[in-house]
Amino acid sequence: MNLIYEKSQAGRRGLKVPRPDLPVPELPEEHRRDVPPRLPELSEPEVLRHFTALSTRNFGIDTGFYPLGSCTMKYNPRINERLVGLPGFAGLHPLVEDDAAQGALELEWELQGILRELTGLDAVSLQPAAGSQGELTGLMLFHAYFADRGEDATRRKIVIPDTAHGTNPASVTMAGYELTPVKTDPRGNIDLDDLRGKVDEGTAGLMLTNPSTLGLFDENIEEIARIFHGAGALMYYDGANLNAVCGISRPGDMGFDVVHINLHKTFSQPHGGGGPGGGPIAVRHILEPFLPVPVVARDESGFRLDFDRPKSIGRVRAFSGPFGVFVRSYAFMRAWGPALTEMSEVAVLNANYLLARLKDAYELPFDRLCMHEFVLSARALKREHGVAAVDVAKRLMDYGFHPPTVYFPLVVPEALMIEPTETEAKETLDAFADAMLAIVREAAESPELLHEAPHDRPVRRLDEVRAAKQPVLRYAFGDVTNEGLPESVQARFNDEREIA
Amino acid sequence: MSYISLTDSDREAMLAAIGVASVEELFRDIPDGVRLRRELELPRALSEAELQRHLEELAARNVADEVCFLGAGIYDHHVPAVVDAILQRGELLTAYTPYQPEMSQGVLQAIFEYQTAICELTGMDVSNASGYDGTTVAADACYVAKHATGRTRVVVTEATNPQVRQVVKTYAPGFGLEVVEVPHEQGATDPDHLREVSADAAAVLFQHPNFFGCLEPAAELAAAANDAGALPIAHVDLVSLGVLAPPGSYGCAMAIGEGQSAGNAMSYGGPHFGFLAARGDLVRRLPGRIVGETVDTAGERGFVLTLQTREQHIRREKATSNITTNQTLLALAGLVHLSLLGPQGLRELGETCLALGGYAKSRLVDAGLELAFPDRHTFKEFVVRTGRDAREALQSARANGIYAGYPLGRDYAGLDDSLLVAVTEKRTVAEIDRLAEALGS
Repeated sequence: MNLIYEKSQAGRRGLKVPRPDLPVPELPEEHRRDVPPRLPELSEPEVLRHFTALSTRNFGIDTGFYPLGSCTMKYNPRINERLVGLPGFAGLHPLVEDDAAQGALELEWELQGILRELTGLDAVSLQPAAGSQGELTGLMLFHAYFADRGEDATRRKIVIPDTAHGTNPASVTMAGYELTPVKTDPRGNIDLDDLRGKVDEGTAGLMLTNPSTLGLFDENIEEIARIFHGAGALMYYDGANLNAVCGISRPGDMGFDVVHINLHKTFSQPHGGGGPGGGPIAVRHILEPFLPVPVVARDESGFRLDFDRPKSIGRVRAFSGPFGVFVRSYAFMRAWGPALTEMSEVAVLNANYLLARLKDAYELPFDRLCMHEFVLSARALKREHGVAAVDVAKRLMDYGFHPPTVYFPLVVPEALMIEPTETEAKETLDAFADAMLAIVREAAESPELLHEAPHDRPVRRLDEVRAAKQPVLRYAFGDVTNEGLPESVQARFNDEREIA
Repeated sequence: MSYISLTDSDREAMLAAIGVASVEELFRDIPDGVRLRRELELPRALSEAELQRHLEELAARNVADEVCFLGAGIYDHHVPAVVDAILQRGELLTAYTPYQPEMSQGVLQAIFEYQTAICELTGMDVSNASGYDGTTVAADACYVAKHATGRTRVVVTEATNPQVRQVVKTYAPGFGLEVVEVPHEQGATDPDHLREVSADAAAVLFQHPNFFGCLEPAAELAAAANDAGALPIAHVDLVSLGVLAPPGSYGCAMAIGEGQSAGNAMSYGGPHFGFLAARGDLVRRLPGRIVGETVDTAGERGFVLTLQTREQHIRREKATSNITTNQTLLALAGLVHLSLLGPQGLRELGETCLALGGYAKSRLVDAGLELAFPDRHTFKEFVVRTGRDAREALQSARANGIYAGYPLGRDYAGLDDSLLVAVTEKRTVAEIDRLAEALGS
């Protein structure tokens, strides 16, 4: 399909701009743009059609089953899209005086209350833009807490299990901490012997996803909390998998001191092809003084943004956070009410049902009941038929399904990480299981079917190595070398070594 | 409403297939001491009709219908209806990050087109797929500069958006960076002063047009940074780049900014998108997703996430950033808006902002107010002295249905009487006349 730039025709227009009958002040010459940007020139109907055509080359939850592990691809209620567009929300400037934003602030206040109840913690900052930023904010709180106690210089280590999302170690580095990895035991829990040897007075804390990326609840969580708190360290809960335990078990009750909540996973903010997200954090009272500013507060005159927090770590993004995400997630929570527990129950039921249907056909590295997701291995298929996890994934596309997460977590070879979520019907789960079982048979009978998959997507398998080795990262407007980029730009790419 | 699809008989059949007697049994791995043995204390469930009424009531408690001259980083631009129509396409709205390119060519091609648009507007070689907002991309850019130069000091102009400066300062200790601010002089930065403090700096970050709406001596600021071996980073407004020179043309290493002006409603501050574009030699240090062109096994063009060895899911603690979820859908909104405008429309949009801004300045001066920085050229925004406490002036204008601007006293010493007034293409001559009347009285 052509790029929008390839459809451009000089002189065509898509949107009229108001042109008041006023003189345009002259800009000094050194500030003036002399070469116009090569934005596309299309009529309005052509623009609409271009992006509609792009949408038909994409697959969302609305299109079909999307069991992408650790991403919680659940139905996104359409009422929420209507609500976020209400003029009183969409048209509200974030810097209005608090008296003009009482409805927005009340919504944020209520959302904070719900998050406190769900996490079992004392205070909330809605500001972080996504889970990763929640992590980084949480680690900044660790620094601030220990600095306040005169321990920041000596507590430098953050413990992270080998099953963790890549964001955890990346956040540790960005926060200026050092990483201490800890192993997983044969049941899929943190290896307690390994852990005990690694936690001491130099430890700032733990980052843990529970249930883990293996979809397993750590059975020793109470002992883990004793180890960290006994050493004076703090515990961070990566809320990526909170969909398993809402109303079932609360991170605060497990002993965690900071939690981030992925509003775009558990609370149904649509993922939008990569974003937006929302990553509020909830904290124990000992960390409340350090929360980012502003904080939503309430007093006799109403709701207000409180900036007067002398121990705050400061601001981590603009304004009070991604408000539109709050509207959608708040609406989702209010639609469920106290029955939210059932959301997690059904998510776990759906996952265990799929697991039961698949565990004889694929290797199950940890033979336990799962929580909201589970990890299978295609190792046997690879050994016996030369078919890898990626081939299973691509073949699933031929059956009309989005593939699961593959090759993660790293501790499981040829991993297939499957998360059905609570919104799927049994027939959908059965159809997916039937496809997964058919693929096992195909692997033995006609492995080329898998190697060559997918067969009916808009493109066949793509050459990712070429994309990385000869980067073409923008359209070149015909101003090209063989490599598809202006020579000057290509030279700059080749200039830079890969970061060691 | 119901967001789940199981019937009671489905549940029974599924429990039987699993081999457990009850849903409760599925949670047997959770130690009893950490189980919540009570109902959640949450407000009662609402039907769809009740939910709509409840949210409408909350929305009605906001005041979003005053004539908006408030800017300061978020602007009341028109969002075309086509943007809404595209963003509601479920295939785009409800998709995840395009890890599986064969399922995601729509989003991948859109991001490639977005990257191209950002490069064209900024005059840079490469763009990532978006950052969270205009503040976090500033911290990201400083992190890139630290690793690219091996230096640990960043210089930020005081005339850069206060929230941008605050976020850079919040991130700086973890990054091992020290932040130095350069004061403005009569609404803009003195290049000689900047030159003095830029020695040994990793980066020089300046906003242009700056927070006051004033044009900075951008080329001279960039030259001062380059001469010191620091990376010049320009924080810019996409809407200005139809009329203003692109940062790439005056020597910047990176161009960043808040993208809300393109295609996004104000929405009380988000979600919007931050953009981050850079010179080609910095590409392998950039944070976040980047889409590249390639071919499939049949030789057809296609798009994939690329240069992923920078990223957290591959490189873990050695990644260039922890960013995962970004702002793709809002960046798409920006692309759709820019595609509707085209080069001519974007230039006209800039000219209309200039024309209305010029008219507003002259009307306010006629009404007896003073411009704070009368010798500066401005774009879309300017500072006016109200002759009294600016918040008082703001409140009295609000009584006339005019939200007159942003009081600068909370961020800048000596500007307690000053309002930052923004004029987008949505404002009319009549509304500006009302503004002058409201502030002049």
